[in-house]
Amino acid sequence: MPDTHFYRYDDYDRALVGERVAQFRDQVRRRLAGELTEEQFKPLRLTNGLYLQLHAYMLRIAIPYGTLSSRQLRQLAAIARKYDRGYGHFTTRQNLQLHWIRLEDAPDAIAMLAEVDMHSIQTSGNCVRNTTADHFAGAAIDEIEDPRVWCEIVRQWSTLHPEFSFLPRKFKIAITGSPNDRAAVRVHDIGLRLWKNACDEVGFEVIVGGGLGRTPMIGKTIREFLPKDELLAYLEATLRVYNRYGRRDNLFKARIKILVHEIGAERMREEVEAEYAAMRDSALKLSPETVEAIARQFAPPVLRPRRTRVPEVEAMKLENRAFALWLKSNVAPHRVPGHAIVTASLKPAGAPPGDASSAQMEGVADIADAWSHGEIRVSHEQNLVLPHVAIESLPEVYRALEKLGFAEANVGKITDIIACPGLDYCALANARSIPVAQRISNHFAELARQHDIGDLKIKISGCINACGHHHVGHIGILGVDKNGVELYQLSLGGDVDFGKTALGTILGPAVESDKVVEAVEAMVATYLGARRPGERFVDTYRRIGAQPFKERVYGNS
Amino acid sequence: MEIPSEQPIDQGPMLVLDNAEDVTRLGDRLAGVKLIVLNFPKFTDGRAYSQARLLRERMGYTGELRAAGQVYIDQIPFMLRCGFDSFASAQKGFAEALAKARTLFSVVYQPTGDGRTTVNQLRLQHRRSAAA
Ligand code: SF4
Repeated sequence: MPDTHFYRYDDYDRALVGERVAQFRDQVRRRLAGELTEEQFKPLRLTNGLYLQLHAYMLRIAIPYGTLSSRQLRQLAAIARKYDRGYGHFTTRQNLQLHWIRLEDAPDAIAMLAEVDMHSIQTSGNCVRNTTADHFAGAAIDEIEDPRVWCEIVRQWSTLHPEFSFLPRKFKIAITGSPNDRAAVRVHDIGLRLWKNACDEVGFEVIVGGGLGRTPMIGKTIREFLPKDELLAYLEATLRVYNRYGRRDNLFKARIKILVHEIGAERMREEVEAEYAAMRDSALKLSPETVEAIARQFAPPVLRPRRTRVPEVEAMKLENRAFALWLKSNVAPHRVPGHAIVTASLKPAGAPPGDASSAQMEGVADIADAWSHGEIRVSHEQNLVLPHVAIESLPEVYRALEKLGFAEANVGKITDIIACPGLDYCALANARSIPVAQRISNHFAELARQHDIGDLKIKISGCINACGHHHVGHIGILGVDKNGVELYQLSLGGDVDFGKTALGTILGPAVESDKVVEAVEAMVATYLGARRPGERFVDTYRRIGAQPFKERVYGNS
Repeated sequence: MEIPSEQPIDQGPMLVLDNAEDVTRLGDRLAGVKLIVLNFPKFTDGRAYSQARLLRERMGYTGELRAAGQVYIDQIPFMLRCGFDSFASAQKGFAEALAKARTLFSVVYQPTGDGRTTVNQLRLQHRRSAAA
């Protein structure tokens, strides 16, 4: 087994996942034999990540805290080749979806996951889902503490939790260890933010009741500072309050955000604190040994400081404009001098956002082995990340990514679009998302222009469930259905940067599919005409308001 | 299945509770109770799992705890862990599944009142004996 710098299963974890595969195999057998009705089977397959879509079953595989070894990524590629059509779709929640799975094959596919210490447990259904983290964790320059240690602790605690496997609705937790939140913690059912208080102790801010979907809400802080060893007690208390009092009469009002909204953050805090008071110092309290044993496994690779100014890199910058742009948009500072974090863009011009073929996955795994200590991350922006690259290797990494089609210098730019699967796959969709993303991507493909436009996040959802997070896009695009016609509602001004998490405002009447690109172009033109030096699109919008954008998009009439 | 409310049965008084009931407020009503029936109106409605744990772990209830309503095979491992020890289910194969349910998962992560040793406790024991 190659060295990994994150948690590896021990025999206990492996036993549990193996037994879960056996249980699921039996459930599928009973379903195929007619011993289980579809109604009885549905929650069972959902909590194993198997979801029925428009054309076939979809298998959603958890990538805990978005961290993968090259070996795991190769196995995902192999599963996609063997049981799907040779490609997969990385989602906004650090999962991988395979969209063409046969029910009969699902237990074998899941068994292949278990071979590399992975699973699809609780990636769907009304239970605690995959806990997500900052995709730069363990490498980011601004990090206080690696959030993945805590994600793993939550993963274990939430796996087959006997009390919380039939919640009113799904439950998503995200953890960040940096002041610059890259995990969108304010739009999760529970968001946890590690921070250091005045006494130099690190603890969690606990944020509850955020979420997007049809009723987008920004989470409320119910605990400013929670000692780290009490995390599970506090989570259990919160989940218990939700399990007991969350609404079950209406699917659309069942998320914890509605409970928090209806009873108020103050009352929620009181309920949780009362429950927590009865649970603290219980068996849920984490012993220092337990935490240390897990934290040790997340020890970063030993990176010696290296040259930060490398002549070959400087030379290539002058020769190759695309490489120079790529350095600006796709390469982020690493905490160890002479290293960098590289984002491989899964959004080449005109491609469906987040898709990767098996060959591409294997290619990224090879690059990770050669230049990133065998490690890969999945970002909630649907890109892949190589967290530990020496600056002197950047030219080689760039060329290798270029061969895969993943070297587009567009991270954070207008074509780095988040889009949900939409009507091409999803039974709930009102409209297509992917083709709209592709058209915008083609229209703005020119890299120099993208860099001139600067940071601009477009997010597209095919229906009000908001899997594409359109509410927090600088430009949000939502598919709506009007008498059988696919229309798109535009919103402006959403954001997920910490401290200024904001929900977008609807700009005006929904537009037809072939008018979306024009409308985006009009918004961009408005910004370019009005921006002040240093202002991003969303800053200009905040300063001048929606009116100028509206006029440009809809005309003055 | 229909169970009349608060009728004495052979072993002593019983309580049949709606799943919205706050079991932490039962107080005196728990005195002398030998059987509590918790309800799963739909198997996807998981409120009674919390009721069960609160009864066992907070209220110190030690009598029989029965799951009634939509009680199916695949819920058994969860129910056992939450403190249920009796089941009213008409599902075919339920008894066989119940016999196997305790060993379906050899490891558990969560401490509950069921007395099972959690993975973290096992790891700690292992580390401490390795260190000794
Ligand atoms: S937003 Fe709607 S269309 Fe898109 S994936 Fe989610 S449910 Fe499906």
